[in-house]
Amino acid sequence: MKILSDERTKSVFEKLAKFIGGNIKLLIDRPDGKYCFREHKDRVYYMSQAILDLALSCNKEQLICAGTCFGKFTKTNKFRLHITALNYLAPYAQYKIWLKPSAEQQFLYGHHVLKSGMGRITENTPKNQGVVIFSMNDMPLGFGTSAKATADCKHADPIAIVCFNQGDIGEYIRNEDTLI
Amino acid sequence: MDILEDILQKEAKKSEKYKTTDVEKNVELELDLGNLLALDTNDLNLQELKSHKEKYLLNLARDNTQLLLNKLWDLPSERREEIVVAKLPAGTLRLPREKPCPKPKPLTKWQEYALEKGIKKKKKTNAVWDDIVQKWIPRFGYKKAELERQKDWVLEVPGNADPMEDQFAKKAEKKKEKVSKNEFQRLRNIAKAKKIKVPKEGLPTIANPSSDLLNTAAKVARVSTASLGKFQPKLPKEKTLKENVIAPKRVKRDHSKISSNDEKSSHLKIIDSILGKKPKLDIEKAVNRQVFQDQNERSEEKKTQKSKGGKKRRKTSIPSKARKGGKISKPRVGKVNTKKGKAGVGGGRKRR
Repeated sequence: MKILSDERTKSVFEKLAKFIGGNIKLLIDRPDGKYCFREHKDRVYYMSQAILDLALSCNKEQLICAGTCFGKFTKTNKFRLHITALNYLAPYAQYKIWLKPSAEQQFLYGHHVLKSGMGRITENTPKNQGVVIFSMNDMPLGFGTSAKATADCKHADPIAIVCFNQGDIGEYIRNEDTLI
Repeated sequence: MDILEDILQKEAKKSEKYKTTDVEKNVELELDLGNLLALDTNDLNLQELKSHKEKYLLNLARDNTQLLLNKLWDLPSERREEIVVAKLPAGTLRLPREKPCPKPKPLTKWQEYALEKGIKKKKKTNAVWDDIVQKWIPRFGYKKAELERQKDWVLEVPGNADPMEDQFAKKAEKKKEKVSKNEFQRLRNIAKAKKIKVPKEGLPTIANPSSDLLNTAAKVARVSTASLGKFQPKLPKEKTLKENVIAPKRVKRDHSKISSNDEKSSHLKIIDSILGKKPKLDIEKAVNRQVFQDQNERSEEKKTQKSKGGKKRRKTSIPSKARKGGKISKPRVGKVNTKKGKAGVGGGRKRR
């Protein structure tokens, strides 16, 4: 368990800010306890103080995971968000897309969101903005980047891509062995 | 009549431009046709040499060349791409060596031993039949590693070995050791052959070491005592080293020293700096301005449409500016969106 260096913390927060925006403060400044980010083998974990103490008492080589894995640093030190962070992204998301029930399956298989599958989208979503994707029952399905602004979405033809898939809960089955 | 003809022919020849192809010599030339070489061992005419040196030598050379070429015409000829070519025989002259003869290489340690014991190299075939996999496994080269792995899909744990030991890792380790040992011995043989003196242990000496190297060497020498240089008397200009310069201790980062509050506050600072960089309001303003423009334009078009008398205009005829920036909402007649800011456009409602 290592404390993240300053540059790495910055890159993590920048990535999170793309999806949550100012709500990152709520992740750090929680009323129900002290939560922190720690790094282990290039993966970033989010955990409470209690779990951190337990993790520190473990042998480094034998520790696989502690808390929630938010993502990992690639070989070139870029931070990549994983689907395991969805539980913390969903409630604080600023821009959301709701999918029609017919399009859910396609999204969960890893495909991008087409305009024909998009049910609703928050107003004023700019282009290339981090969005969290929900089903019509308000269940988080994954996250991605918007390919078009809200206004452009209305003019787009039905097979145009509206949102790029960057993580979906289908990955829990597809990439079982690489999530940890 | 024949004699007359001969004389006439000779006269004609003399008056010709070229000199005769018949050359008379006291001693025959040694001709090496393979190397196009003619060796003339006749005595030189010293009188002519002194008087007309260049001319005499030129004539001599011409005569010898003529004789050589005469012989060339006698060789079997062939035709290659419309050119008549003579086939030269092998040359008889042995040219001397360019470089000195190579000295015999000194035998390696193994070669000496093999010579002494009379061990001869046995030729081994590449492929070996394996019954388990029922395949020919190459001893070296392409596909060896893959087939070996298939063959050794299981390794028995020998009786005296630790049951938790990884036999595969052990095998791989052994191979690595063998390879590195072989490499070491090869380099040692090369050093022996080139008569380079290599110390048995440690690094070889350098002829002109730099000051850094000398300093490091002095440091290492200082620390190489039983008490790691603690009681070593200092040289007049030697600087005392900091502790653990040679083998520094691993610094363990103490997490408990950085309190969680400090960490929290530093994180919040970082977040503030990130959010501060984002120019959010500008985009909103730009979008609202664009929408304002759109609605004005559309209201103007509608006016012109009414005056022209009901020409049907489709959505696509709206200028591209409006499409890109603004939203297509039903223009509220008389009401124009004057609010600027987040809540301004559309009242923040979610729409299809």
